[in-house]
Amino acid sequence: MLTIDQETRDAIIAHARQDHPDEACGIVAGPIRSDLPARFIPMLNAAMSPTFYEFDSGDLLRLYREMDDNDEEPVVVYHSHTATEAYPSRTDIDLAGEPGAHYVLVSTRDGADVEGAVMDFRSYRIVDGVVTEEEVRVVDGYADGTTPSTAPSSTAPEATKKAES
Amino acid sequence: MAEVRIPTILRTYTGGERVVPATGATVAEVIDELETNHTGIKERILENDEVRRFVNIYVNDEDIRFTGGLATSVADASTVVILPAVAGGAA
Repeated sequence: MLTIDQETRDAIIAHARQDHPDEACGIVAGPIRSDLPARFIPMLNAAMSPTFYEFDSGDLLRLYREMDDNDEEPVVVYHSHTATEAYPSRTDIDLAGEPGAHYVLVSTRDGADVEGAVMDFRSYRIVDGVVTEEEVRVVDGYADGTTPSTAPSSTAPEATKKAES
Repeated sequence: MAEVRIPTILRTYTGGERVVPATGATVAEVIDELETNHTGIKERILENDEVRRFVNIYVNDEDIRFTGGLATSVADASTVVILPAVAGGAA
């Protein structure tokens, strides 16, 4: 089961809407072994494609270094599908490189890119090519007092992009 | 001696170690040394003697795609980082 706070869930949905019709992607980092998605990090889709996403390799290195320095790991890896259902594609399965992460998919198809529309928000484990869907529990905050942060991190490329535009 | 940072998904080959030492004058030699100590890991990084499309390797923070690929030199005390791409999509 994925437990995620409302604010972070809403931030993922907003990112998917913003980048539609291209796929949006990012990570929610959390303290190692906490299983709590605490720090929302929207990433630039270097592929800028409606059917593919990939983090820029330089962004990827900076992201992993930052998580290392903070004793964090990628708790959630998210992306959007923009014309198909929120279910892992063959490509998603083949390229899933974080066996410990919750893979969140949302879909902006059928008008879900419009503010206020209902958007599918689903979570999966992808381990050794096997997909297992899991329940998503949305909470107001985390019981351990961890305060989720959806403020753009200073190093998140997506934040940099916005600041420049 | 270089320090090689191993991503989570390949730590099954290193007994869970996040960082392992390896010697070698080039990235190719470092990967061969990794294979000697951690059998099977090379095949996850290379395909037909090329770095797999969705594996990123950095030497001292430089993506080796831009520095000569597997022939990129690895000086003593360099840090080599291996990271799987975070990628996918509906296609």
